[in-house]
Amino acid sequence: MIHWLTQPFTLEFMQRALIASLIVGVVCSVLGCFVVLRAMAFLGDALAHAILPGVAIAYLLGANLLAGALIAALVVAVGIGLFSRRGAVKEDTAIGILFAAALALGVVLISTVRSYAVDLTHILFGNVLGVSTGDLWLTGTLAAAVLATVFLLYKEFLLASFDPVLAHTLGRRPELLRFVMLILLALTVVVSLQTVGVGLVAAMLVTPAATAYLLTRRLSRMMALSALIGAASSVAGLYFSYYLNVASGAAVVLTATVAFMVAFVVAPQRGLLARRAAARRAV
Amino acid sequence: MSAGGRHEGAGGPRLEAGVLHADAAEPAGRPQDQPACLELRDVTVLYGHRTALDHVTLAVPHGGQVAVVGPNGAGKSTLFKALVGLLPVRGGSIELRDRDPQARAQPIAYVPQREEIDWSFPVNVQDVVMMGRYGRLGWLRRPQAADREVVARSLEELAIADLAARPVGDLSGGQQQRVFLARALAQEPHVLLLDEPFTGVDVGAREALFDLLDRLRRRGITVLVSTHDMEAASQRFELVALLNHRLIAYGRPAEVFTKEHLGAAFGGHALFLEGMVVIDECCRGDEPR
Repeated sequence: MIHWLTQPFTLEFMQRALIASLIVGVVCSVLGCFVVLRAMAFLGDALAHAILPGVAIAYLLGANLLAGALIAALVVAVGIGLFSRRGAVKEDTAIGILFAAALALGVVLISTVRSYAVDLTHILFGNVLGVSTGDLWLTGTLAAAVLATVFLLYKEFLLASFDPVLAHTLGRRPELLRFVMLILLALTVVVSLQTVGVGLVAAMLVTPAATAYLLTRRLSRMMALSALIGAASSVAGLYFSYYLNVASGAAVVLTATVAFMVAFVVAPQRGLLARRAAARRAV
Repeated sequence: MSAGGRHEGAGGPRLEAGVLHADAAEPAGRPQDQPACLELRDVTVLYGHRTALDHVTLAVPHGGQVAVVGPNGAGKSTLFKALVGLLPVRGGSIELRDRDPQARAQPIAYVPQREEIDWSFPVNVQDVVMMGRYGRLGWLRRPQAADREVVARSLEELAIADLAARPVGDLSGGQQQRVFLARALAQEPHVLLLDEPFTGVDVGAREALFDLLDRLRRRGITVLVSTHDMEAASQRFELVALLNHRLIAYGRPAEVFTKEHLGAAFGGHALFLEGMVVIDECCRGDEPR
């Protein structure tokens, strides 16, 4: 049994994959709490798809893919932030248009390369087994920056998420905080690019946080629990990927989804069974 | 003082915490007695393309308690939102004379209507009341022992100390309102704005609210309350502002609640019978009988 657990990680690329997965699992899950509570899931997904052209251009130029993704993500985050301020069309419409267009542009760019299908698959669904040491450093630095910002601005984010009106009257600039949140979201998407890919990052942002939401009633605890669930899903997903020989990013996401479904049924108070029981008592 | 005289040449929006009038005022009897704590001059606020407030001029004395009444959509909430800077003031000026010029920020606390808050948000009562301290804390700083003390006092004041650790989603409507009141008190405001606090609360909660208002009066905190409750306005407040986009009348209840003024504010909705007035409007069961 011990051997079964340790054996995958005797391989160096698996060690790097483990570290990358853990980083992504934690940072996505922590930021994901605000994504869930502020109903920004669609935005996160859009952001992930919208960075594809940046990745494609970096790829074509032979530059660092993560650097390309980072630039694209920041541009898009600023763009969405400005876009949603005015309001010629509704925000979700604007996002829908923007991200489909960006995705199409990315596919067009990548399709000019011969190894198109393989490369696109890696970008869309991640390739955690191919993480280099350099990638790991960049990933770790960005993740640390995101977590540090969430920690420092915890009280501001809490206030602006729960009661934007009070945040405004207290001079806490909710629009500015929303902007910061978008930037953090962009960084997180970039961090997740190699492990779960642009196609599945939304799941990592939403699923562990939603699971934690069902299990606790206080934000600080929700964040801790979400990080735990995200990390555990990442590790478990890697094992599944290794032993069942399936795509790692998808395995991580499916593991997190199973955790959510269990919580959905058995969670105290907010779970299906608890709500049934409460309804029966009320009758 | 009644409906505001119009000054020409409306200035830009302006909120001042001036140094004038440091003398601690007795709770005021009449608006003329005191240097004003809150002074609106010719305030005009647009809501979309409509004029929600039309050249409103109003002076509230230190420690005064004003009931703001008027028909639905008369601009009562708009007035409050403009006072806390949620809506831009298009003309005129709002001046706030702080009794303590050293006090930092946030002299006005606003308790909105039972509103678009997501009550399923994972926070407990203490967390929410602590948010009232955030304005004084500034960015990045964590709450200190002194802040926790103020929060504890505010919870005591509203008799919800026993609920401190409960998630806000578990509370009844009346309890949620108390949490918001406690949060407003934790801001340690000079001016407190309560938007429709009597709406949808039971008799006990209503009396508790009047008790709280009495205590605030003794502490010299200026309070503006918007309400549909004419009975409460006429019997429990020393000052009433009758609003219908314009300020129709302002003064003691007996001066404001005249046939003429009510007619001007409510138009055909005010029905005058022998010795009583029936306002045919809205009605969530808290109207004068």
